[in-house]
Amino acid sequence: MLLGPALLLSAVLFTIGVAGVLLRRNAIVLFMCVELMLNAVNLSFVAFAQVLGLGGQVIVFFVMTVAAAEAAVGLAIILAVFRHTRSVDLKNINLLQG
Amino acid sequence: MSAETVFYLMAGFAAVSALLCITQRNIIASALWLVSTMFSLAGIYVLLNAQFIAAIQVLVYAGAVMVLFLFVIMLLNVGRGQSDLRGAPVRFVAVLIGGALLAQLFFLSRVTPGGMAVLAGSAAGAGSPMGAFPAGQTAASAPVAQGVVGAIAEPLFRAYLVPFEITSILLLAAAVGAVVLAKRKL
Repeated sequence: MLLGPALLLSAVLFTIGVAGVLLRRNAIVLFMCVELMLNAVNLSFVAFAQVLGLGGQVIVFFVMTVAAAEAAVGLAIILAVFRHTRSVDLKNINLLQG
Repeated sequence: MSAETVFYLMAGFAAVSALLCITQRNIIASALWLVSTMFSLAGIYVLLNAQFIAAIQVLVYAGAVMVLFLFVIMLLNVGRGQSDLRGAPVRFVAVLIGGALLAQLFFLSRVTPGGMAVLAGSAAGAGSPMGAFPAGQTAASAPVAQGVVGAIAEPLFRAYLVPFEITSILLLAAAVGAVVLAKRKL
C-alpha cells in the first residue's frame, strides 16, 4: 500500500520546494521550486487515490495541465522582464517597490 | 527486491535530487536534478498503481515542461557568475520556516483514511472520506477490470467532464498569453 511513506516523501519534497523559494534569488530557479511543490502535492494525491478512489488521479491530471500553462506564461513573463532589466535576479526586479 | 525496497530507493533518490536542485549554483545542473526528481517520482507512481500518471509525468513534466525551462535558461544565457543564494539571516529564517512546515506536514501525514473518517464524523456528523471524490473504485482494483487507461478515463469523462473541457480553454488562454508576452512587437 505504501500510503504513509508516500505522504512522508510528499511532505519532505514540499518542504524542500518551500526552502528553495526562500533561499534562491534567481527567478527561473524559483519557478522550478514551485514545480517541485506541485509534484509533491501530486504524489499525495496519487497516494490517496489508492484508498479513496480514482478521482485523485484525475485531479493530478488537472494539476499537470495547470502547471504546464503556468510554466509557459511564467517563463514568457521572465523573458519580458529579462528584456527590460537584462537580469533574472530578484534583487534587480524592484519596479513595484515603493 | 520487494516493492518497499524499490520505493525507499526511489524516495531517497528523489529527496537527494531535490536537495541538489535547490543548492546547485549552476541553473542548468539545477534543472537536470529536477528532471531526475521527476523521473524517480514517475517510478513511485508505478508502485502506487498509477501507471498512466507515471507515463504523463515523464512525457509532460520531465519532457515538455523541463525542456521549456532549459530552453529559456539557454536563451537568456544566465546562471554563470556568483551564487544567487541569499545571505545568512534569510537562510536561518528559511531553515526555521522549513522545519516548522515539515513538522506540521509530518503530523498531518500520520492521519490515515480511517482516522480521517473519525475526524469528519466527529466534526460534521456526516460523510465518510469516500464521499469526497465521486469515484467508487480504488486505484488498485479498477485497472484489473477496465485497463490502466480505461480506469482513469471513466471518471475523467463522466464525473469530471466539465472541468476537463474548461482545461482546454485554460490551455488556449495560456498559449495566446505566452505568445503575447514573449513577442517583442505584435
